[in-house]
Amino acid sequence: MPTICLTAAYSITASVNPPRATFVDLPLGNTVGRPHDPEFQRDLLRRAFAAAEAMDEAGTITDLGVAWDADGSWKRFATSTGVGTGDGRDDRNQRLDTPQYQYESDRLAAGS
Amino acid sequence: MPVDYIALTRAQYDELGYPPYQWAERPDTPPWTPFRAPMSESKVALIGSGGAYLSGQVAFHWKDDTGIRRIPTSEPATDIRVTHFAYDLVPAREDPNIVFPVDRLRELVDLGVIGGLAPTAIGCMGGIYSALRTVEELAPAVVAEVLAMRDAGEVDVALLVPV
Repeated sequence: MPTICLTAAYSITASVNPPRATFVDLPLGNTVGRPHDPEFQRDLLRRAFAAAEAMDEAGTITDLGVAWDADGSWKRFATSTGVGTGDGRDDRNQRLDTPQYQYESDRLAAGS
Repeated sequence: MPVDYIALTRAQYDELGYPPYQWAERPDTPPWTPFRAPMSESKVALIGSGGAYLSGQVAFHWKDDTGIRRIPTSEPATDIRVTHFAYDLVPAREDPNIVFPVDRLRELVDLGVIGGLAPTAIGCMGGIYSALRTVEELAPAVVAEVLAMRDAGEVDVALLVPV
């Protein structure tokens, strides 16, 4: 079956090398855009499908040409890891082995 | 220039004294399956690794959870939640469509951009630190689900949205 990968992490996707990939230069966790901006989100997905249809070679990654801000300044804060600041932080959450619910009501709804 | 997350992670692991992270690599040419029809006539299955689950389902845990969650696409995303240990969840919790765009895909069906949306979207939690378990547990579960929908005539193309 044909697949289309929509990614905000160019280097990681290039390493995995899927048949058809479309790249958006947006922060991780915002692959389809900003919250509650349906027009931008629809336009981005429309571009992704059009780009995928135009591909004729396995391993293609097409940049969809979407931008987060005018000057790309978000990239200075692209990771919360403290890389390059010399303080060697690891800000990822602890990898807990119990279900991590968004809301306590979800836990109750799931009966766990 | 795209942010090079592999280089950043390598630098961070060095600074922290961790052993190098083993990124998945595929140097060979990937398989190629042509589209059978234009996207406007193709039914799309959504697969997202941002940790989407439906309220009422058991949420993913954060330690190599290789499970999948089946999320019906007929309803608005209001009851979709997200959970993941490695990215900022605040915006996606405001609007899960930014990592799991079911509402937008439904709209694109109405607009004629895609031919249809598979009845079930698949959520998983992509932060799995074992390539082996991803290949042996998560991927087969996703593939089985999508192929079952394909065999029922419900899917032509898979849209993968990693986070």
